[in-house]
Amino acid sequence: MNTTRTWIAGGLALLAGLGAALVGGCSRSSASAGGITPQKMADALHAVMESDRTVYTKNVVNRLQNDEKVIKASEHWKDDKALPLPAQMFRMGAEMVQAKNAGFTYALLSEWPINKQNAPKTDAEKAGLKFVVEKDGAANFYTEETLGGKKYFTAIYADIAVAPACVKCHNEHADTPRSDFKMGDVMGGVVIRIPVGDI
Amino acid sequence: MARKRWMIWAGWGASVWCGGGVAAALFFGDSTKPYFLPGQTTHGHHQIELKCSECHTPFGGVKDDACNRCHAAELAAVRDSHPKSKFTDPRNAELLTHLDAARCVTCHREHVPHVTQAMGVTQPPDYCLHCHAEIAEERPSHKGMAFDTCATAGCHNFHDNTALYEDFLAKHLHDAPTRADGVRLLPVSTPSTDAALTATAATVPAGVALDAAVVSDWAASAHAHGGVNCVDCHQGGDAAAAWTPKPDHASCARCHASEAEGFLASRHGMRLAAGLSPMTPAQAVLPMRADAAHREMSCNACHSAHRHDTRRAAVDACLACHDDDHSRAYLSSPHYALWQAELSGAGAPGSGVSCATCHLPGEMHRENGRDVIRVQHNQNANLRPNEKMIRSVCQQCHGLGFAIDALADRPLIDRNFTGQPAAHVESLDLVLRRLTERQQRTTKPQ
Repeated sequence: MNTTRTWIAGGLALLAGLGAALVGGCSRSSASAGGITPQKMADALHAVMESDRTVYTKNVVNRLQNDEKVIKASEHWKDDKALPLPAQMFRMGAEMVQAKNAGFTYALLSEWPINKQNAPKTDAEKAGLKFVVEKDGAANFYTEETLGGKKYFTAIYADIAVAPACVKCHNEHADTPRSDFKMGDVMGGVVIRIPVGDI
Repeated sequence: MARKRWMIWAGWGASVWCGGGVAAALFFGDSTKPYFLPGQTTHGHHQIELKCSECHTPFGGVKDDACNRCHAAELAAVRDSHPKSKFTDPRNAELLTHLDAARCVTCHREHVPHVTQAMGVTQPPDYCLHCHAEIAEERPSHKGMAFDTCATAGCHNFHDNTALYEDFLAKHLHDAPTRADGVRLLPVSTPSTDAALTATAATVPAGVALDAAVVSDWAASAHAHGGVNCVDCHQGGDAAAAWTPKPDHASCARCHASEAEGFLASRHGMRLAAGLSPMTPAQAVLPMRADAAHREMSCNACHSAHRHDTRRAAVDACLACHDDDHSRAYLSSPHYALWQAELSGAGAPGSGVSCATCHLPGEMHRENGRDVIRVQHNQNANLRPNEKMIRSVCQQCHGLGFAIDALADRPLIDRNFTGQPAAHVESLDLVLRRLTERQQRTTKPQ
């Protein structure tokens, strides 16, 4: 009987060892191939998000709505046959990424949200939004947080008013808690989360 | 001794085999399966409750995919106010510990009639509280409102708020209760083409007899006018193929794909979509006429096989089966009077209101840069919650406030809208008050 137990224990130990070796091997191979840190990954993702959003805000919404007055942008873009607002475009992309289970999530939050569900909620969000506003967008906020039993690398980037359309819409919206935004102000923050393991 | 042991084992094996077979026959047999249902299913699923695999994955429970197969498209079309992607964001992880709103079955469980409420919701009706506890701070007008009234007072729906969102209400604050010029969306009727066929052109394979009455009906139909011959429905368009005496919905779908899709998604066609026998009024939860109990639902149940009379399909076909208060009251309702006026020529085209006007409405679709009106053949698509029919149906003739109040008035619905709404939903009042207060603030001298 003892012999059987020894064999089973030995077999299990061998399997565990093989598994650990495989995981270790994968980790080393990705590191040797120039593995990217969560912060670099988040910075890269944000660079794409910020650029796309700026292009949409300036070259589509602001140009066609405010400068050339060709088409309006509306919160109810489908009903009004209008362009989605830049923040909506961003959120729709975030929801689509969310549905794809792409390995990271992002959200647009603000200390002065039009929809109160987009106010900072976690400690990291509260600290990060406060930080990027205080730094006037000159620095990003990085931290780790645990949500729902999972550990995340969380990066928060300032969201700045890049076009008159941003300022006008936010200052005039019926649900806005703040109506004195100016061009270049930090209006909120983009929160990117990358899971870095279970706790 | 060895022989005796062998016989014991053989007997045991045979018993297990037979017992297993009997158990399987009881469990999977159509006649006995109902006894194994853990509880009554909702009105939405009772037709398919004996096909467990429609919802259940073997040893995997009920997965969202099963729900999405039938419901994802309609949720996407109305820009679901609470899509799954809103909840799977890690920032909402704490909220999900109170209510896992990322899964359909958290709120819509089956086989639990003792806790099932309207819309098949099985959560206590104050479920909004979990995420919107601070609503009174954001909207002082909501102070004192109970959380079980958010979705029951006619103001909000969890999924579809296309006719209830604040700016939409604001746009329609001053609608008249009824528009004098209201007409329903009318699908463009199929014009005669160069390919139009006459009675002499009806062609059937050798051995198939042509019935003169059938040919006469067909020759007067849109099918003949559009050049659709016998072969197109009875042989799938292939003269070499076998003759099908009674073509089913799959044959119709060759040309009427969106209509067939709607039918299969409806209470009329969902059993066929699940591979079950056709729905019959005998299986319905709603009251049906006893003499219609065994009629089978197919395209031809409402549209005659060769005489395509959409007016019959719009009223008579419905009342041939449906026998509830709302249906019976239709024939003495103002809507029916309008329908009769249109049929007699006294009313303008589109001014009549048939059963189909509200339950199988024409819907505008934008396809390849063109506006196309298609008849929604899922008669349940705009029904639950009934605010779903406000935009596609009611507002063609009625103001938003009137429509919201009328749809919140159950006795008025039972009377098929004979009379005025006695119910009143406050949502438009709240919007008006808020707009007025805002206007007063902005015009107040500094």
